[in-house]
Amino acid sequence: MSTPFPTLQKRGDELASGESQRRILEAPGRFPRFDDVLDGVGPLRTTSIDVFQVNVGKLCNQTCKHCHVDAGPDRKEIMTQATAEECVRAIERSGVKTVDITGGAPELHPTFRYLVRESKRLGCHVIDRCNLTVLNLRSQADLLEFLAEHSVEVIASLPYFQARQTDAQRGDGVFESSILALQKLNGAGYGQGNGRQLHLVYNPVGAFLPPRQASIEADFKRELKQRYDITIDGVYAITNLPISRFLDFLRTSGNYEAYLQKLIDAYNPAAAQGVMCRTMVSVGWDGRLYDCDFNQMLDFPVEATAGRHVRDFDPARHVGRRIRTGRHCFGCTAGAGSSCGGETA
Amino acid sequence: MAGTYYDPADLPRFSEMSEGAPELWTKFMEYYGAVFEEGALSEREKALIALAVASAVQCPYCIDAYTQASLEKGSNLEQMTEAIHVATAIRGGASLVHGVQMKNIAEKLSM
Ligand code: SF4
Ligand code: SF4
Repeated sequence: MSTPFPTLQKRGDELASGESQRRILEAPGRFPRFDDVLDGVGPLRTTSIDVFQVNVGKLCNQTCKHCHVDAGPDRKEIMTQATAEECVRAIERSGVKTVDITGGAPELHPTFRYLVRESKRLGCHVIDRCNLTVLNLRSQADLLEFLAEHSVEVIASLPYFQARQTDAQRGDGVFESSILALQKLNGAGYGQGNGRQLHLVYNPVGAFLPPRQASIEADFKRELKQRYDITIDGVYAITNLPISRFLDFLRTSGNYEAYLQKLIDAYNPAAAQGVMCRTMVSVGWDGRLYDCDFNQMLDFPVEATAGRHVRDFDPARHVGRRIRTGRHCFGCTAGAGSSCGGETA
Repeated sequence: MAGTYYDPADLPRFSEMSEGAPELWTKFMEYYGAVFEEGALSEREKALIALAVASAVQCPYCIDAYTQASLEKGSNLEQMTEAIHVATAIRGGASLVHGVQMKNIAEKLSM
């Protein structure tokens, strides 16, 4: 398996900075502002905090071409134990029922297992956003057993059920390794319709919108079963947001303007009602708070009045919090909508 | 005025064809929309048929639109390439089967 795409940070690319990305996205010109299109639905505010999403950092064993985190093996942003403990205290104060752990490859981070154990102790449902190949690393030989023992829900990335598309996005050999990981997950009781839930994330391998979730889910289930005898609980169809490495791809391939226009043309008010940021908070590796993982990568923190660090997290101040939006949000409101849990409309 | 007859910027201007005959445009668009809805055939199958027809009628606008539509309905390159081959086979076969007409005429004319 190789990591053929260097991170934007390593390349010294201007898109490595969230501020530069926002400058590009918010440039005046032919595209409407997100808040102007929201008309009638907005301004967006949270209605409750049901999901506590923790991004433990940018370290990853892969460097996928579309990665919105600009993650990779060379990234040094890693949550400390002290910040993880602040997260656990915040989870306890918030009374949330779902803790969603992401990265990078969250399992490679030193606080991952601590966060899982403590969240379980607090009675939370825990999600691991897994890239699958991590399960085959020698250093992670006991990971599967750990996930199964704690009934952690696995939401795993697999952009397509064929090698060509998957490897084009995620690196050579990733498909084969992902299939092996899925077979191991099945072997540990995952994806069998019982407590050990296994969902896959489909996202388009290119500058186009995802198909309807039910339709692509049926394909994945049929093809994975037929070709590899793999079963899964479901598929989430997710739209690529025009940020970070996907933004870089859009710009270098000459697709940026057409893709943004496509997202804008596909704006769906029902999807805007259902955007995930209305019911969550997102914590960065350094404890800073964001409306969602995308805003986190744009260095676009929650509004100051809510408190911007997990150590000060007060759930009451986060309900009704005004969500900070931009043109990247058109990715969440296009077509049937898109969130960490797939379609929203 | 573009330097060529076909300009990608013309595709989003399709709706300008409503000017001059707005009622006919509205009827056409209603019909068009209904044709592509999920029915006895899935939206994906219809997009693949449209792609094949677009290739047969050699419309660059439709090829652009239905390549994107096919990808967005979850088709892959193999399926889309096979759809183009269906169009190609029918186009080739249609020429060839017209050879029978040639034969009929040649037979009639010949001694
Ligand atoms: S998309 Fe996921 S697996 Fe790929 S580089 Fe980013 S964090 Fe790692
Ligand atoms: S990008 Fe984030 S803030 Fe914008 S709509 Fe999506 S979830 Fe909400």
